[in-house]
Amino acid sequence: MIRVYVSSVIDVSADTVWARIRDFNALPLWHPAIADSRIENQEPSDRVGCIRHFHTRDGGMIRERLLALSDYDYACTYEILESPMGVSQYVATLKLVPITDGGRTFAEWSAEFECAEGREAELTELIGGGVFQAGFDALKRHFGRR
Amino acid sequence: MLQRVVRSTVIDAPLERVWAVIRDFNSHDQWHEVVERSRIEGGDRSDQVGCVRAFTLRDGQFIREQLIALDEREHRSTYCIVEATVPLRRYVATITLKPVTDGNRTFWHWESTFATPPGQERELREMVATGVYEAGFENLRRFLRRGGDHRGPAGAAAGPFPAALPAPCRRIAVRAYGGPDVLVPENGEAPPPGPGEVRIRHRAIGVNFLDVYLRRGWLPAMMPVDAGRPGTPGMEAAGTVLDVGEGVHGLLPGDRVAALGPVPGAYASVRCVPAAWVVPLPTAIEDDVAMALLLKGLTADYLLHDLAPVRSGMRLLVHAAAGGVGLLLCAWASSLGATVIGTVSSEDKARVARAHGCEHVIVTRDYRFADAVQRLGGADVIVDGLGDAAREQNLAALARRGHWISLGQATGPLAPLSPDLLLAKSATFSRPVVFDYTEPHGELLRRSTRLWAALAEGRIRRPVIERYALDAAAEAHARLESRGSTGSLVLLA
Repeated sequence: MIRVYVSSVIDVSADTVWARIRDFNALPLWHPAIADSRIENQEPSDRVGCIRHFHTRDGGMIRERLLALSDYDYACTYEILESPMGVSQYVATLKLVPITDGGRTFAEWSAEFECAEGREAELTELIGGGVFQAGFDALKRHFGRR
Repeated sequence: MLQRVVRSTVIDAPLERVWAVIRDFNSHDQWHEVVERSRIEGGDRSDQVGCVRAFTLRDGQFIREQLIALDEREHRSTYCIVEATVPLRRYVATITLKPVTDGNRTFWHWESTFATPPGQERELREMVATGVYEAGFENLRRFLRRGGDHRGPAGAAAGPFPAALPAPCRRIAVRAYGGPDVLVPENGEAPPPGPGEVRIRHRAIGVNFLDVYLRRGWLPAMMPVDAGRPGTPGMEAAGTVLDVGEGVHGLLPGDRVAALGPVPGAYASVRCVPAAWVVPLPTAIEDDVAMALLLKGLTADYLLHDLAPVRSGMRLLVHAAAGGVGLLLCAWASSLGATVIGTVSSEDKARVARAHGCEHVIVTRDYRFADAVQRLGGADVIVDGLGDAAREQNLAALARRGHWISLGQATGPLAPLSPDLLLAKSATFSRPVVFDYTEPHGELLRRSTRLWAALAEGRIRRPVIERYALDAAAEAHARLESRGSTGSLVLLA
């Protein structure tokens, strides 16, 4: 199993960040690498088990299933069903933790997956940098620095 | 009913450093001001699960707490009160640290549950949250800022480094451009770090051809000099953080670091640089190895991964293949599947280049190589540090759609190149500078991490290093220009 872990600090409350990222269909609204998204079979985007079907800006199609959603823990877990990245058994969790000191948010995004030998470093960089860190950078830009 | 208290913060220090303090169950009387004196009962180790710390607070209270779980993987410590003069009952607390990977800081989560006598709930919650946890955050911050964790358990050794004072240093001054002998050592002062800056005590300094160009006066805008305001060359150094200016995150006095940036000045024993130039050094990378590799390795990294990404079977022509950048390119490119053709000036160097993965080595002292390269099919990519003396030969050595990357000009500035010369082969010409590939800071971190990983994986070899004292910078330059050196030159401060 390859494990990727990226974390950051966002200078607004966890409630505020969660409101922006909770919607499983909202990736294109906040993540700069995502072009469009829809939920398959007209299911609501907060029904555990629903599938989001989206395209990255470079044209790749990805389907992901929502495995867990917790408004109590500010956490969302999902798996990849289909993607051009060449990963298998990919499960990722995006989670927020309030920082009581200053009303900020500690944001964690992690994933575990299998891949072909020799591609570990490249995929770690793509997922950790191009997806997770890029998402956090966009959130930090959106909410500004106080 | 159980009371619950949660407090969390972010500490501007790497997780390993905060954890080293927290995992020691008996460290709190060094960093937490409410704790007066603490000892571990029965001679147990202070990181042994089950050990009991007995301590007094400054207000006279007495508490015994037992360590009931310690998790090195999750960086978590759980403990409970077994006896106390304060009315906290069934008190169980957990500290969890997590890395803030974005900025190399530490998220610290501290929570507990406990029962209280009726009517004292609010008061005791407040005491734990503010008096213990929030005060603890502040106290540990101060402890790390003072470098308290570097002073050993006595905690009473040298005081904090006086941040507001200039530090005496040795540095190389250039008062007029010229040969190696214009590099003159002198005593100077490194000012305290300004906002966003880090002051570093250097132990090793990288020597690069760029430093020679600066000294010769080929890049006067980058290093202006006159008799009253001398210039100091040098683009990279490794050492220890002395102190940091306002607004610097994730770096503390005592951290081992390397610094690399677009403004020269590294030929000095102490220097202030912007925090964005600084990367932490892994324990496995010694100072001299870091300085033999960093600028040269980041150059190889962007060349092979970004400017001319290696395709399997790509023919890469590397000049000065036994030099610092040359050896790195030979090893790294061949491990990525390229066929490396190298030029060198002697048989000895040819052997070294071959040992580093250079498949075809051309020995030439008069820059004649184009025919030999064309016999191998022509060069898809040329990494050229030679400059003007090899201009015609490089054009002739290029394959169709080839890419000529002019990295340096050891023999003299390249004469202007007409676009029509490229048209003949649909060729591409690049004139890159490494510093455009090391910003923003995340990119510098990513590339340096990839470089250390390449060394660990054996894609590149441990560098051949020639070491000189900082005061002998002139000798090091003379050696680099003599074409006699193999591998990388490093100055030791």
